[in-house]
Amino acid sequence: MTFTDTLPTPASAGASPLAIDLRGLHKSFGTVRAVDGIDLAVRPGEVVAFLGPNGAGKTTTIDMLLGLARPDSGTVALHGMDPSQAIAEGRVSAVMQSGGLLKDLTVLETVQLTASFFRATRSVHEVMERAGIADIGSRQVGKCSGGQQQRLRFALALLPDPDVLVLDEPTTGMDVEGRRDFWNALRADAARGRTILFATHYLEEADAYADRIVLVSHGRVVADGSAAQVKNLASGRLVSARLPGLDERGADALRAVPGVQSVEVRGDRVLVRTQDSDGVARHLLTATPAADVEITARGLEDAFLALTGDSTTSTDDTTGSLA
Amino acid sequence: MSTVSTAAVSAPVVTDASRAPRTGLLNLPFLAIELRRLLRNRRSMIFTLIMPPAFFLIFGTAEEYKTTSVGHANVTAWIMVSMALYGAMLATTGGGATVSVERAQGWTRQLRLTPLRPATYVTTKVVVAMVLGLVSALVVTVVGLVSGADGDAGRIALAVGLAWVGSAVFAAFGLFMGYLLPAENVMQILGPILALMAFAGGLFVPLGDGLFADIAKVVPTYGLAEIVRAPLTGDGVSVWAVVNVVGWAAVFVTGAAWRFKRDTARV
Repeated sequence: MTFTDTLPTPASAGASPLAIDLRGLHKSFGTVRAVDGIDLAVRPGEVVAFLGPNGAGKTTTIDMLLGLARPDSGTVALHGMDPSQAIAEGRVSAVMQSGGLLKDLTVLETVQLTASFFRATRSVHEVMERAGIADIGSRQVGKCSGGQQQRLRFALALLPDPDVLVLDEPTTGMDVEGRRDFWNALRADAARGRTILFATHYLEEADAYADRIVLVSHGRVVADGSAAQVKNLASGRLVSARLPGLDERGADALRAVPGVQSVEVRGDRVLVRTQDSDGVARHLLTATPAADVEITARGLEDAFLALTGDSTTSTDDTTGSLA
Repeated sequence: MSTVSTAAVSAPVVTDASRAPRTGLLNLPFLAIELRRLLRNRRSMIFTLIMPPAFFLIFGTAEEYKTTSVGHANVTAWIMVSMALYGAMLATTGGGATVSVERAQGWTRQLRLTPLRPATYVTTKVVVAMVLGLVSALVVTVVGLVSGADGDAGRIALAVGLAWVGSAVFAAFGLFMGYLLPAENVMQILGPILALMAFAGGLFVPLGDGLFADIAKVVPTYGLAEIVRAPLTGDGVSVWAVVNVVGWAAVFVTGAAWRFKRDTARV
């Protein structure tokens, strides 16, 4: 479970301005540390999934990224700018999770109204076409489905032709078809070279639509790498066995078995994540007093849970390269 | 991924003219859509355009009122300008209070993701509220003039004008309450409060002397009522009425500004 070639975060000095540059972000609500030291460097043109379970700090981070919330400490820069300036210049725009639309306006009026807030925008017709809502312009927003409302928010976000597009759980509450339509519209847009950061707790969405996945848990980045690397995480198997009294030397011997990605001890049991389950089983049964050996295939879900779950926060082996 | 480092495209921070935020305090498409929304809101149209003239017809058209003079106009005209003030007040309070619905729907938060200046938003709300206030005052006036209100035309026009201008105080009140109260249907709370204020401040019935007259002096409608009627009676305006209006205007504007700042602050 290693991401040896993660992107340097933050980027080395002298590089071109990062599209998104978050450094040392912290934000607490009372005693709850919603964001607990997030660093993130996104280059222009990257499509990044901000993946984590509910309550991981994704929305709080996005609020700070957009200037809606003030970090307790740390800095935010979008193309070298303060978020408020980036928004005032239309260089960043966002599709929020819910709300933010006037129910009594029509779809077309909402786009026209939002366009009037900018000095210059893409044409109203063009953004509606691209978001797939050109045919429902006269419909009242309150009568639109969740998916249609979300595509409307997407159309609004496209108006200023932003360099950076931020989406906070854009498909929450949508049905399968609405979700597919939404991502198709977004994917078509991503081909234009825009920087896109989207938060999601759907692993499949991150995998299907992002070049890079940043896993967050408990307000921290726990892994950061390409979608392919995350897939690799899931390609192995999990071998577990009862092995009381496993010491460091025994654990190191297990780590030395070819294909082993990580070794974790939970009480009497040892959990080994590996590409070669046969080799590990052979080692356990021949070189150790292990019993009750179980071998299970690991899905993406398992990799996700391993990286973001509470049970693994105490074992360094299971966390990816910490940013 | 490490190969990406050389391919990063530079995006120069150039503040070109088309990216500069708009600077004007008002923007016409925004104003036009807000006015259209106002017309569409049947409930508030009925509330502000039907009720005040109806009250006028109930309270102000007795035969003896039409033949009794208050100085430069008859009692019917005196009640008419009072109801014009009431109508304008309802309209501007309701207009200001629409911010509560828009806050509840998350619209004001959405606006923070656009270059729209918060000052433009509030100014537009006030302008729209004042437009409805003018229409409401004029409807009462037209109904009044065809139902027996009579007197010095210039003074009646001045009184109605004062009612409209004075209702700006209640636009601030509406904004303040709109930012303060989270309810989606804030006017259901404010409607009765305004009616109570109108009664207590002497807009609906004369105050006479005694305890209620003393209480009335601190009610937000009291000062405006006296100022609006002054052209018809020819009486001067008391210092207390001016203090009342200025004082309440200061309270409402300060309150609205305070809540507005909190609403737009980063937390």
